[in-house]
This record gives sequence, structure tokens and C-alpha cells, in this order.
Amino acid sequence: MTATLTADRAVRAPRVPVGRGYRFELVKVVSQWRIRLLVLACWIAPAVFVAGVSQQSTLPVDTLFGRWMLATGWAGPLVILGFAGTWALPLLTSLVAGDVFASEDRLGTWRHLLVAVRSPRRIFVAKALASLTVILLLVAGLACSSAIGGLATVGHRPLVGLDGHLLSASDAAGKVLLAWVCVLGPTLALAAIGLLGSVVLGRSPMGLLLPALVALAMQLAQMLPLPVAVRLALPGYAFIAWNGLFADPVQLGPLLIGIAVSLVWAVVATTLAYLLFLRRDFTNLTDDGLGHRALTLGVVPLVGLLAVSVPVVAAASGASGSGIEQDKVERSVATAFAHLYRMQTDQLHRPAVTEAQVRASAACHKGSVTADAQGPGNDWRCVVSWHLPGVEAPGTAVYQLDVTADGRFMADGDGPKEVNGYFLVRTPIGDAPNPLWQFDGNVELLPTSKG
Amino acid sequence: MDTFPAIRARGITKCFGDVVALDGIDLDVAHGQIHGLVGPNGAGKTTLLGLLLGLAVADSGRLEVLGTPVERALTTPDGVAGFVDGPGLYPSLTARQNLTALTALRGLDTGLSGVDDVLDQVGLTEVADDRARGFSLGMRQRLGLAAALLTRPRLLVLDEPSNGLDPAGKKHVHGVLTRLAAEGTSVVLSSHRMDDLEALCSEVTIIATGRVVFSGPLGKLATDHRELDYRLLTSDPQAARRVAAETAGVRIVDDAAVRQDSDLLVIRALVPALDELVVRLVGAGIALRELAPVVSPLEAAFLALTEQKETGS
Repeated sequence: MTATLTADRAVRAPRVPVGRGYRFELVKVVSQWRIRLLVLACWIAPAVFVAGVSQQSTLPVDTLFGRWMLATGWAGPLVILGFAGTWALPLLTSLVAGDVFASEDRLGTWRHLLVAVRSPRRIFVAKALASLTVILLLVAGLACSSAIGGLATVGHRPLVGLDGHLLSASDAAGKVLLAWVCVLGPTLALAAIGLLGSVVLGRSPMGLLLPALVALAMQLAQMLPLPVAVRLALPGYAFIAWNGLFADPVQLGPLLIGIAVSLVWAVVATTLAYLLFLRRDFTNLTDDGLGHRALTLGVVPLVGLLAVSVPVVAAASGASGSGIEQDKVERSVATAFAHLYRMQTDQLHRPAVTEAQVRASAACHKGSVTADAQGPGNDWRCVVSWHLPGVEAPGTAVYQLDVTADGRFMADGDGPKEVNGYFLVRTPIGDAPNPLWQFDGNVELLPTSKG
Repeated sequence: MDTFPAIRARGITKCFGDVVALDGIDLDVAHGQIHGLVGPNGAGKTTLLGLLLGLAVADSGRLEVLGTPVERALTTPDGVAGFVDGPGLYPSLTARQNLTALTALRGLDTGLSGVDDVLDQVGLTEVADDRARGFSLGMRQRLGLAAALLTRPRLLVLDEPSNGLDPAGKKHVHGVLTRLAAEGTSVVLSSHRMDDLEALCSEVTIIATGRVVFSGPLGKLATDHRELDYRLLTSDPQAARRVAAETAGVRIVDDAAVRQDSDLLVIRALVPALDELVVRLVGAGIALRELAPVVSPLEAAFLALTEQKETGS
């Protein structure tokens, strides 16, 4: 009776609003030296790297757009983007999202936090938002810093696209920005996996490393000759697919699928982390995570998601096989050659020609397979033919191609020397890099658009 | 004046898998009372404190905290603060930043002066701008108490608050808790330090293997009916030994520690026999320099009750 009467008098403590919890989490995260150093590194190191490399004669030609770092300041942020997708972003998401819950286990502060906030739901939301904010700050740092480094050193100049066509400086700027925005999708997916690992694995180092390990596994998978549908169903594909923005026409299909898949992964992994977090018993002092059962509950749905998304992607995109087929390779090589031939013509101060006048075509074979060749490999060989106005006989040039499983290729000129057999061309004002000697290209893996 | 107790628990049971952490616990804590929770490791003290803080829900039983029935986890009524399993501090923040962040988080209107005030209360003003990373255990305990004080609690729940405290720190903490109790705040604290509990608590609850084996005023524990060992130091040890041996109800304990200090005598007796011994010693012209229990009455009762419980179970 007493309890019933008096219970009405007692006031339940109001739960802490998410905004306040978010600020509290940000204060904690930013107070860590590790995070401060990361922020500084992301906002300074890319500019220093791009500025340094852009003043050297040796360029990172094995990195996409690396060979154009002396030509335009917009190549630098793309080189950094390629590196970030492979290494930096997985590691950054590991260190931020992978530690946001585990740090409370390590410090023994869960009970303190729960007493203060009084809502695990709000704690989860605040922590997720805080880690997302820091990750966005780091990504913005990488993008801005590398762009500033490139522009300050080389300048706001046109960029040669992935198929050799020239993007105006302002177009390049827009597409560079868009490319960085696109990789936020897979970054969010990795961050969500980091949250999940942090919740499930507690203070175990595996929780911290999970996004990096998942990213590494995805990279290994992308190097294998997997079917296109599997490749696109992996949440990290958008780290590669942004390349398609720099082709003409833009290869949007793989990029949009990659972003959609990564966002679905982000939502599913975050939801799993949320549900598992709410199940945790914080009074059991021996419980610093959720154990093997939770590990299973975290992993099985993601494996199921992958299993479901492969046929869905296959059905939606019509993708089959490796996606690398002879006619696509020939079309990509011929297109890139035509664009770059115009550039070489301009360098040599010859009469201007258009791609339509050049009418470039390529005949490719892979090893001994000359008809319907397909698949990645470094044994592709192409003979490019082109025409000049008023000249009946077509010119020919030979390329050796190294086509990787993700559709990217590097064409290495094999002669004739005056066209594509040497890295320099003699221009009226001196020797200059030969754009036809080596170039990068991209084979669109989906059959829906022509590259 | 509140008409309900600060805590009223009836038949509280809590299990972790097959392990029964609390088995039908009853507990009553009045307003303004400092109530000690004592028990061997694993007895269930921290689990009980966690329930009071709303960190979990009991499997069965009825718990009312500050007049509000606690029906599910994390519905702790306003006015409850404290910590279990050590204070939760962020080592990368300074003491002041820890408290300021907590103030902002809870939307408290105490401001910076409130933060400085609680730091002063626990004696941490001089290290207010030092990072908690470098704090000793005792300093961390005091900062944890300061964090709890920020919310101006009506019920303070503290798990082993005396751990690692030096004499000065202990004095600060005791002073704060005593003042809070005088102002009407109820305090429930667990400790293995019997001297702390004796100095602070008006009532204690002894728990063993998840069950209450005693709950009530300290005075009820230190009864005249239980023999205790006493250290006896006099001006003439040999004569005192003879007098003790001749006093009915007094036994001389042959203790290894005593043999190392030949002047010290350890005797075992009930309080009436002890009184008789003192009279005889004084009558024989032997000066009494020290007469104190080897273990405190609370500790003796604790050991007796918990051993009894374990033997019984």
C-alpha cells in the first residue's frame, strides 16, 4: 500500500537525450591521442604525399591515375582514394568504430555509463553517431588534404579519364568529389561491421581488427576470378567501382549496385549490433561481450545476406561469368587509344583529328584463344588499327594487356616505337611523356552499358 | 519527510545461468542511514548493488527504490547514484573534464562551481586538471564518489568505496558520507574493510552464497554472548599472565605472533570475564596499557556467521 501510494511521488529520472550522449561520446573519442593523431594524419599526410610525389619524375604508375600526377592536381586525390579504399579506410574504421564499444569494456565504464544515461538504446545511437562523425571527419581530411596538395603543387588542370578522354578541370573536380562521396557507402559498411565486432567481441583485439580483416578478405576475393555477381555482392565493391565515373559514358551500373549493396550491409550490420547490444547483461562481471552464441548471431545473418545478395545482384544486373569478354576488351582498348591518339597528335603539333576520324578498332586475343576469349590475365594482346584523314592504309600498334579480375587493365605499348613503343615522344618543344606508351583502362563488367 | 524506506527488497532472486547469485534476499534501508553490505567474495553483493542501480532486473521478488517499484532494468528512479565494480572514469580526460562531461551528459545545473565543489569535498582539487590515467586507485575511488555526488543523490550505492584509500582519502570519504547521511541521503556500501563499516554504518547486512545471514544494527552483532580474542599489554607481562590465568572465564591464547612479542598477551573471554580481569589487574597494581580486540566484533561475527553458513550449506 505504501509502495503504491509513494511510487507516484517518486520521479523517474529522465533519460539523457541522444544529443547530449552524442556530445559526451565525441568528447571521449576526441580526447584520445590516437584519434587526434589520426585526424592530424588524415588532414596533413595526403597533402604532403601528393605534393612530394607530384614534384618527382618517378610516378606511382601502378596506381590508377598515378601516371597523371604531373599533369593535373586532380590525379592526387584519386591516387589517395585508391590507397584509402585498399588500406586507409578499413584501418581507420577499425580504429574508430571497432573500438567505440570495446573501449568501455577495456576501461570498465559500462556500468557508469548505463547509470548516467539510463538507456542502452540511446547509448548505442550516440556511440554510432559519434564514431560516424569521426570517420566522416577522417574521410573529409583525406579528400581535402590530397586535393589541396595536388592543386597547390600541380594546379587546377584537365584530367585524362580512364578511357583516355579529357575531362575539363571543373568536370574533374566534380567527379573527384563524387568519387569520394561514393566510397562513403563501403566505408559505412565497414564502420557498421566495426560496430558489430566491437559489440560482439568486447575487449578482444579481434573486435578492433574486424573491419580491416573483412576489407582484406574482400580485397583477396576481388583478386580471385570470381563471377561478377559475387564480386558486386561484396560490400567493398564501390571502393573499386568509382573508377567508372571517369569513363565516358560513365559506368554507373556497377557503382550504383556497389553502393546499394554496401548500404544494405551497413544497415544490417548496424541493426545486428544494436540488437545484440540490447541483449547484453551488464551486471554479470564476467560478461565483457556476448560470447560464442552472439558471435554466431552476428556472423550468420551476414553470411546469409551475402548468400541472398549474390542471386539478387545476378538477376538485377544480368551479370554472368567473369564479365571480361573479348569484345568489351577490344572496345575499351580502341576507345582509350582513340582519345589518347588525339592527345599525342596535339603534343606533336600535327593536324587535329577527331575520334570519329581516327576510327580506332582493336583485335585482341588471350593467349592462344582468338575467338570469344574471356577472363582476367596478363596474356591479353591487342592490335589496334586506326585511320588518318586522307590516308588509306590504317596504322597499327600492338599492346600487351594485363587485365585484372576487377576489370581494370594496363595496356603496355609494344610498338611501333614512334607510336607507342617508347615512353617519350619528341615534340617541337622537346621530349614529352608518350600518352600511348602505357595507359590504364577499365572493362565494364556488366553487360548493361557499353564502355 | 518521506514515508517510504529508501530501499525495500523482498525475496530478491537473481541467477546467471546455473549460478544463483541472489537467493531470496530481503533488505530494508531507511532514509539517512548508512547501510553496510558485507560478505565473502562471490556472495552476491555486487549483483545486489547492480539491481539497486538499475543495471539489471531481478528474476523474482519485489524491489522498491525510493518508493518506486523496480520492475525492469534501467528504470532507476531519480536520485540514485553510485558505482559498482569500481568507478567509471575515462583516463584520457582530466578529473574536472570527467565531471564536466558527466554534468553536460546529465543536463545538471550544477555548472563548473558544482564540479569544483564536489572535487573539493573528496579532496581532489589539487589534481583537478590531471588526467585520470595517472590516478591511484584511491584517487579514482574519490573521483567516482565525486561523480556520484554531482547528481545530488537521495540514495548512494557504492561498491568497495574504500579500496586503495590512504588515511587522508579515507577521512575525506568518511566525512562526505557522514554528512550526506546527516542530510538525509541513504548510503548503501559494500566493503571488506570492517573498520570502515564499523566507523560508518548504523546497520549492516551480511550475505553469504546469495542469502542474508544477518541484517540489523551493528550493536546486535557485538553481543556479550560471543567470546573474542583481545590483545593485552601491561606494565608487568609476567604478573598479568598469572592474573589472567587465575581469572575465571579468561583463557590465554598461545599465539605464534604473541611469542615474538613477549610483552603481549592474547586472551579469549566474554565481556563480563574481561571486566573482571581488568579489575584484578588494577587491583594488583598492574598498569593497563592496551586492551583491544584482535579482530573487530563485526569481523568476528562476519567470520562466524559466514563460516557457519558455508558449513551448513
